[in-house]
Amino acid sequence: MTTPTRQTSAGAPGGGATPSPTGGLLLSRSLPRFFEPALLLVLAAVVGGALFLTGLFNVPLLAVVTLLAYMVTITIASAVVENGRKAKDRLVTAVVYACFALAMVPLVSLLWTVIVNGLQRLDGYFLTVSMNGVTPSMDAGGVYHAIIGTLMITGLAAVISIPIGLMTAIYLVEYGRGRLKQAITFFVDVMTGIPSIVAGLFVVALWMMVFGPGKTNGAAGAIALSVLMIPVVVRSCEEMLRLVPNELREASYALGVPKWLTILKVVLPTAIAGITTGIMLALARVIGETAPLILTAGSSAVAINWNLFNGQMMSLPVFIYSQVRMGNAINYERAWAAALTLIVIVMLLFFVARLVSRFFAPKLGR
Amino acid sequence: MAKRIDVSGLHVYYGDFLAVEDVSMTIEPRSVTAFIGSSGCGKSTFLRTLNRMHEVTPGARVQGKVMLDDQDIYAPDVDPVAVRREIGMVFQRPNPFPTMSIYDNVIAGAKLNNKRLSKSEADDLVERSLRGANLWDEVKDRLGKPGAGLSGGQQQRLCIARAIAVEPAVLLMDEPCSALDPISTLAIEDLISKLKESYTIVIVTHNMQQAARVSDVTAFFNLAGTGKPGKLIEMGETNKIFTKPEKKETENYITGRFG
Repeated sequence: MTTPTRQTSAGAPGGGATPSPTGGLLLSRSLPRFFEPALLLVLAAVVGGALFLTGLFNVPLLAVVTLLAYMVTITIASAVVENGRKAKDRLVTAVVYACFALAMVPLVSLLWTVIVNGLQRLDGYFLTVSMNGVTPSMDAGGVYHAIIGTLMITGLAAVISIPIGLMTAIYLVEYGRGRLKQAITFFVDVMTGIPSIVAGLFVVALWMMVFGPGKTNGAAGAIALSVLMIPVVVRSCEEMLRLVPNELREASYALGVPKWLTILKVVLPTAIAGITTGIMLALARVIGETAPLILTAGSSAVAINWNLFNGQMMSLPVFIYSQVRMGNAINYERAWAAALTLIVIVMLLFFVARLVSRFFAPKLGR
Repeated sequence: MAKRIDVSGLHVYYGDFLAVEDVSMTIEPRSVTAFIGSSGCGKSTFLRTLNRMHEVTPGARVQGKVMLDDQDIYAPDVDPVAVRREIGMVFQRPNPFPTMSIYDNVIAGAKLNNKRLSKSEADDLVERSLRGANLWDEVKDRLGKPGAGLSGGQQQRLCIARAIAVEPAVLLMDEPCSALDPISTLAIEDLISKLKESYTIVIVTHNMQQAARVSDVTAFFNLAGTGKPGKLIEMGETNKIFTKPEKKETENYITGRFG
């Protein structure tokens, strides 16, 4: 493998100049630019051929073997033609790219599966009718009631969590001092680690105490979600507020602006882009929660329920869960389509967040 | 409009640490007073006590009196926010508000305080302040552009415009030229000479030529020793300080034989 490489590199323009005995200090031989992709292709072909001949061919195996062979060859080739430092550089580059590719595999595969399976059933009809009066195995029904439920429950959760979370973050960054600040930081950390089912149980117990047994409604779900959401909002907003340079606060104080106005009109606008992104991440975290919603908002609603405070409310994750449990082909189709709907909603949220951050971000242009 | 500052027996602490010890001085209105001295000797700290900005640092406190004309700014019922409206400040690094345009930066003092300005009042204030800061001609065609897009020297003059737009009696400048090139520095120095006609100006500088060029009175600060608090060593007319200082320490510092 290495012999032809050395020949190509010797003839490559600029790179493989033969080091002259004098004055060649700054020049060093290097592999031509096309060497890396070419090597990868050649190796893939060789490994693929070998696997075919042995009858073991499959794509993951091909990728893994090719990659390992590539790492070994590029390191050796580089060590021989170039030098040890470049060889290490090329090896680590290969490892980093490989890790990135590995990380992308589940993500792409997941998206692909959801899109392929989800598109079978996702259409205007599916999005605009509920499951009211549809028996589980009928070829009808849709997810409208679950979309309404998800949007309303997460919406209420956001309305509860964003002010509490943001104001806690402001307290921690701008006012907090000493023991109280430490305690709040500690409990926020603890809350970040609460399993979602525990948040659900907490609200079930609370509802039991306040309203008596058997009361499930959307508001209970929203409260369970805000228990999960508040610590995430606090954490991300805190980070963003800390990024605001102190000089800006001082500039504002020096103009005779009181502290609260400084926070409201200088600190928050400067950090608004990051805060929005953080809040959206928190929303994305809770919008797919299933367990607490099954406990609090119920899992058997089939009709559209616009009232957060009365009766069970379906949501997309719970819809997926209950459909999968029914186990017929049609149920799986519905579940995939609902999953795709959920992903699209989350993506729309991120899109809006991007727009908001771009619109509000501090402008540096001339 | 310009006011006299009279400091007597001022000690500045950070927690238990005494940073500046026993400073007494009088700063005359319509003049430029320069503070010189080595890094860490407490000139900036002392400057920040003059408009109660040091309180922003947790644990910082002072003992002593600072009179602005005949009002002690450390009297118990004095609001630091009101003090800062009377005594403006320009910082070492230019810090225009990144979310605001040039126009909004200038009227930030009014806007951030929710003061209602009519369009013509605001336009007027912006033009007057920018002219006052020698920046009007350079930016008059792009007032709506972000302030952060200006050059460093322009940003610093924008900050000065922003400070004088609230019409303070005193302007404190904490090494306003240390981040700027010689041309921008010259622009700021010209501006200082012009501003002293209507304001009391106090400037901290590491540049002794600058102190000699712009100030009427110079105060020399130094540490009493390693780990000891900073002190006011000598204060007097700039000419005198730079030609015949009374104290040996001052002479060593300005002649560069600082030990």
